[in-house]
Amino acid sequence: MIITVASGKGGTGKTTVATNLAVAVGKGTTLLDCDVEEPNVHLFLEPKNLRKTPITTMIPVVDQDACIQCGACSELCHFSAITLVADELYLFPNMCHSCGGCVMVCPAGALTEGSRELGELEIGQWNDIELISGRLRVGEAMSPPLIERVKEAAEGRELVIVDAPPGTSCPVIAAMNGTHYVLLVTEPTPFGLNDLKLAVEAVRVLGMPFGIVINRADAGDDRVVRYAEEEGIEILMSIPYSRKVAEYYARGRLLVEAMPEMAEAFGGLVEKIRAAVERGTR
Amino acid sequence: MKIAVTATAADFDAPMDLRFGRAACFLVVDTETMSWSVVENTQNLNAAQGAGIQAGKTIVETGCTAIITGNCGPKAFRILTGAGIKIVTGAKGSARQAVEQYKAGELQESSEANVEGHWI
Repeated sequence: MIITVASGKGGTGKTTVATNLAVAVGKGTTLLDCDVEEPNVHLFLEPKNLRKTPITTMIPVVDQDACIQCGACSELCHFSAITLVADELYLFPNMCHSCGGCVMVCPAGALTEGSRELGELEIGQWNDIELISGRLRVGEAMSPPLIERVKEAAEGRELVIVDAPPGTSCPVIAAMNGTHYVLLVTEPTPFGLNDLKLAVEAVRVLGMPFGIVINRADAGDDRVVRYAEEEGIEILMSIPYSRKVAEYYARGRLLVEAMPEMAEAFGGLVEKIRAAVERGTR
Repeated sequence: MKIAVTATAADFDAPMDLRFGRAACFLVVDTETMSWSVVENTQNLNAAQGAGIQAGKTIVETGCTAIITGNCGPKAFRILTGAGIKIVTGAKGSARQAVEQYKAGELQESSEANVEGHWI
């Protein structure tokens, strides 16, 4: 089973939920940090035996002498990453989405597959938990291919928890896609509710079962609860808005280790998700 | 000499458009007679990315020798200079006034992109 922890809004507590959920389940869990622009799982779970692998993505390489200026590649590319202008073929590697179409349509064999570095894949261990993380190269804009590689590295694992990036755009979709359940973390503020609605719309398009975790519950009003009721969305858990939680978080400590009631709540959370996924697939 | 200018409407007296890739339209002007024609840029206004590149391609295909605009990013700059087109920035007012300023030698040719590129 693969569970994605996502949110529309940033800073709602995705990493708090993902790390505590992983530790509550313990042995046999794989935790993926797919927030590759700003990975931070390692701040809570410091990995041991860290192995780093550079990750690249395909970009075309042009043999200008072999190019017959037919424009087939230029016509195919929706992103203008390869553009023929007045008999000159221009390549813009950072616009390329690595579809490989240009190489396929070139009738002259002038295009071959090359590569460009996207970032690093980091695999390590924290107690019984396997940690897999992506780290995007500074200056790189194309995160989905790296997110996909992080997920590929966890193929075949029994229970995978994905810490997704915030928002509702391509990187989030890349993180959610192909997973079994989406846990949307929100907070009871107008900002939390607004972005939760956007996230719900995105998850509904993907057609996945999902539920809500309210972090800093009691900090705002009951509009998130009312929204969930109206929409028929299950609220699986509420994390209290308390000084104790804030202190543990600020020290990079785990709530499930410091607060017994949190250990119980996160243990119950994974069972609720399992039940929801079984209901969904029945 | 045939030059192009970015304009906010299909009218020589409309204000210049400071954007290049997502300019409302391009006006192609004969500097001798000051006669002009419109080249649409509708498709690029809604492009997800690559508007500058495609607009550059449009300008190259008009056969103009210079483009007067507000801002030009690095990708459009590469296409335009690659085709030997002069990029002229710093003009003010209407498209017609911009062309007049260019003819009077009041505007300078850019030697590099004057704004950052947009990524995706």
